[in-house]
Amino acid sequence: MSTLNRRSFMKVSGALVGALLTAGIISNHALAADFPTSKVNTTGLAVTDTTVKVGILHSATGTMAISETGSIQAEKLAIDQINAMGGILGRKIEVIQEDGASDWPTFAEKSKKLLVKDKVAAVMGCWTSASRKAALPVFEKENGLLFYPTFYEGLEQSKNVFYTGQEATQQILAGLDWIQKEKNAKSFYLIGSDYIWPRTSMKIARKHIENKLGGKVVGEEYIALGDTQFGSVINKIKLKKPDVIYAAVVGGSNVAWFKQLNAAGLNSSKQTMLTISVTEDEVLGIGGENLAGFYSAMKYFQSIDTPENKKFVAEFKKKWGPSSVIGDVTQAAYLGPWLYKAAVERAGSFDVDKVQAALPGYVFKDAPEGSVTVEANHHLTTKLRIGKWKKDGQADVVYTSGYIKPDPFPKGYQ
Amino acid sequence: MNTMLKKIVSSNLIGGKQGAFGLAMLAALIFIILPVGVDIFRLNLVGKYLTYAFVAVSLVLLWGNGGILSLGQGIFFGLGGYGMAMFMKLEASDPISTKIQTTPGIPDFMDWNQLTAIPWFWEPFNSLTLTIIAILVIPAAFAYLIGFAMFKRRVGGVYFAIITQAIALILSILIVGQQGLTGGVNGITDLKTVLGWDTRTDTAKYILYYLNGILLFGSIFLSRYILSSKFGMLLLAMRDKEERVRFSGYDVSDFKIFIFCVAAMISAVGGAMFTLQVGFMSPSFVGIVPSIEMVIFAAVGGRASLIGAVYGTLLVNYGKTFFSETYPELWLFLMGGLFMAVVMFFPNGIAGLWDKYARKIKFLNKIYEDEKPVAETSATPVNAEEIGAKA
Amino acid sequence: MFGYSIADISNIVVMQGFSGLSMFTVLLLMALGLAIIFGQMGVINMAHGEFMAIGAYTTVMISKVAVTYGFVSYYFVFAILIAFILAFAAGYFVEFIMIRHLYKRPLDTLLATWGLSLVMQQIFRSTFGAKEVSAELPEWMLGSFNPTPDIDIPINGVFVMVLAMVVTAGVYLFMFRSRWGLRVRATVQNRVMAGAVGINTQKVDRVTFALGCGIAGIAGAAFTTIASTGPTTGTLYIVDSFMVVVFGGAASLMGTIASAFGIAQAQSILQFFMSSSMGKVSTLLVIVGILMLKPEGLFASKLRK
Repeated sequence: MSTLNRRSFMKVSGALVGALLTAGIISNHALAADFPTSKVNTTGLAVTDTTVKVGILHSATGTMAISETGSIQAEKLAIDQINAMGGILGRKIEVIQEDGASDWPTFAEKSKKLLVKDKVAAVMGCWTSASRKAALPVFEKENGLLFYPTFYEGLEQSKNVFYTGQEATQQILAGLDWIQKEKNAKSFYLIGSDYIWPRTSMKIARKHIENKLGGKVVGEEYIALGDTQFGSVINKIKLKKPDVIYAAVVGGSNVAWFKQLNAAGLNSSKQTMLTISVTEDEVLGIGGENLAGFYSAMKYFQSIDTPENKKFVAEFKKKWGPSSVIGDVTQAAYLGPWLYKAAVERAGSFDVDKVQAALPGYVFKDAPEGSVTVEANHHLTTKLRIGKWKKDGQADVVYTSGYIKPDPFPKGYQ
Repeated sequence: MNTMLKKIVSSNLIGGKQGAFGLAMLAALIFIILPVGVDIFRLNLVGKYLTYAFVAVSLVLLWGNGGILSLGQGIFFGLGGYGMAMFMKLEASDPISTKIQTTPGIPDFMDWNQLTAIPWFWEPFNSLTLTIIAILVIPAAFAYLIGFAMFKRRVGGVYFAIITQAIALILSILIVGQQGLTGGVNGITDLKTVLGWDTRTDTAKYILYYLNGILLFGSIFLSRYILSSKFGMLLLAMRDKEERVRFSGYDVSDFKIFIFCVAAMISAVGGAMFTLQVGFMSPSFVGIVPSIEMVIFAAVGGRASLIGAVYGTLLVNYGKTFFSETYPELWLFLMGGLFMAVVMFFPNGIAGLWDKYARKIKFLNKIYEDEKPVAETSATPVNAEEIGAKA
Repeated sequence: MFGYSIADISNIVVMQGFSGLSMFTVLLLMALGLAIIFGQMGVINMAHGEFMAIGAYTTVMISKVAVTYGFVSYYFVFAILIAFILAFAAGYFVEFIMIRHLYKRPLDTLLATWGLSLVMQQIFRSTFGAKEVSAELPEWMLGSFNPTPDIDIPINGVFVMVLAMVVTAGVYLFMFRSRWGLRVRATVQNRVMAGAVGINTQKVDRVTFALGCGIAGIAGAAFTTIASTGPTTGTLYIVDSFMVVVFGGAASLMGTIASAFGIAQAQSILQFFMSSSMGKVSTLLVIVGILMLKPEGLFASKLRK
């Protein structure tokens, strides 16, 4: 089978994911024979004639389990679907799941275990920047492959990592442009938890507001992680009367922030807020009634009205229960296994170097969020959406941007 | 020859036949059995665990023998670790490998936070000698400050525990908040070399592992020496009846400050070795949770036994790795259950069980029969009632 | 003044005053249960936050029932009662199984209850899932109350405030105006003598501990209105609670009240003038500093030996 044929086969199977199940299995049997293990696995990865081992590394315990559970579920769903189609190059994916336990050194330790002991061909994992930073040197040294799902602060680009979430500029700039136009906003109040992602995001936001939008930042505030008392902060905001609050508060603080903001009379009828840290997952803890009318800037919302997304949501709920919700990161995590499959098939090999080289340029047309393109800098070109929250915990997508290229080291914003 | 051997064996440092046997067993385990028996990946893990053992040993000194429970030993582990991390980060941030930055030649996280020069307190960490001095002196000085303020005012017992905990919290919030200076919540990562020597190769890992083991034994000997001196006796006396020691004319607070400083230094060495072997340092080691977890290492090993502390650390961490790989859901139940069980049923930990059952084994019996138990494993380690600031 | 009108500033002063008071009552409610346990019994209950989580989860569960059967507007009364009962029962059980064996070893109760807190967190996670949950709040509790158009007084803040006053009054009546309280105080002052005059000191201990846990349950139920509910929610509160109790001087109800007030005002004001995280650090530093100078806390009293 020539390369051309394989490509065209992939196109078809990609377009008709579930429908071609039977055909897929038949063709993939052929594929497995076409790709002898000795040829597709020259570096001693855990790839046999029938299986390929892939690691999942998230926190199932500890404080981060709140956020990372969704990612684990999405990755498992994608892997199940891929296996039902016959796997990758005719090899079923065997999952080895490790628990990072919300502890960054554990992420480094487990990455090493997955790469050195289990010889997994790829890892879907990490959530916080801290865990990724801890694991990154291991991936670089052992030449592993990591698919990282979270939207994050950027300022990083590693040949061993594919970033399936947005970097900061993708999430921030278009959102600020929209809210400025829509609400005619002049003054902004920036508030975030006190660590690297909110601080970097706010830095980019401030430059954009001051230099590009001609607006004014009237306050910038950082909350200690885990702090739940917002009385004074809210009063400061009331004194400054900003047109827009731009928020990136996370974790337990996030819930307290919205509940207390509402209680202090700053609900959406009196105050415009755009946040970059609330997805459907967070809404469960915050409560829809406290969020109704505020805006989130994300690349994905569960309510996106496309056939691809509806199918994804239905299958997710079928596997994980009707009450489960899907947030931005969950969807990004779902992309990981699919991108890996595509990369291996494009490369015709499981070898990490070849997979790395093969993925950039790939267009994943049927992603739940819509078509995404893998760029040479290992980030994805995506759209940005603004969702307006409703009481039931879902968001109406009120704005969808054009395609935004990823720019992890933005000039003029550092 | 024979007499000399006898003299060494019976000296306080070794702790008699029994002590020598315990040390020899531990040495065999760390220096021979583990390096031969497990592959380099697992050995590196063991090396990481053994850096926690420094803290456990320091807690045996402080808590098991001094009756002072510090819930902030993570502070000192962190200070030592950050010291080494700062040195290695500066070395890793040469102008060539950081040329994509706005200001090349400074650590990457400083560049992201608009710093254009290395802050003054980072400067000393350009030199390895100064770094090593800082790793020992800064934690000791900090411990002296805390100790002086508290022990002079006779703060003890649970008050000391809670205040050290609060200090750990303050420090971790500060480190996370001042990310331009400290690397923030991500910590200081991607550390590769010491004076050009790559610490990530397998050979380097073996060398660091052995260095770690030797330093750990050094710490145990130092602690033994302290405990078997007159000072050690006073320490025990203080733990059990502080007032009587005070009435006998000793300044109890000075002893406490001293032992707190020593414990801080030992913990800091562990932190520095951690950074060397793992390749990064993060504020998650400074906070409350690791500080308390390290107490449980000491408690499992036997809070008054220096050697037990090492076993306790290895056992708990092995359990953590094993169970979180096999049954992640069960891990917290087990860890929590272990805390409760050790406290309620085995207050003297592994060392206590060993003491009780070792004598029943025939060949060990010979070692144990004619020896009076040495201080460190004998005394009733369960703390006397030390509730208030004034015991 | 700084470009703000006099009206603006006076409004902010009013609201800032309220938010200081509100934080005071939050801290007070958090610390009351702990103050009873630590102050009266010398036991360090590191699982205090998890007993609060029992209350919080109870409220969330009852709110689900309330939504189904349509009594959302007044379910909170039941929620608080049941939260108290469940947390009380859990505390009673824990005292019986564990704490009573450790009275002579206060530092060991600290470790054992830390272990307990880990186990409880995992129980919450296995039962209710790892994600945070939220209680459906009744309409009347949302939003704010406006004495003038520009002043917003949070209704949930008022609710917590009233609850804190009721609970404090209840504790006061229990400790100083009831037979039970008399027995508790007698046991604190002299256990042997109390036993000699026929007080069942074991039972007193058990009820005291359970009561402290029950109050934590009430606090947890109340905090669902202002903060999050998740398996690790308890860890957000534990250090603050301890600081209040220790700063106030154990064993003194007045001390706990005064210290909660002092800490809340300091933190509230500092967080207004500094950045929020620096305000928090400064407050903690001041507390630690004062404790070093005055280790017995603001209002010390004698402890049981």
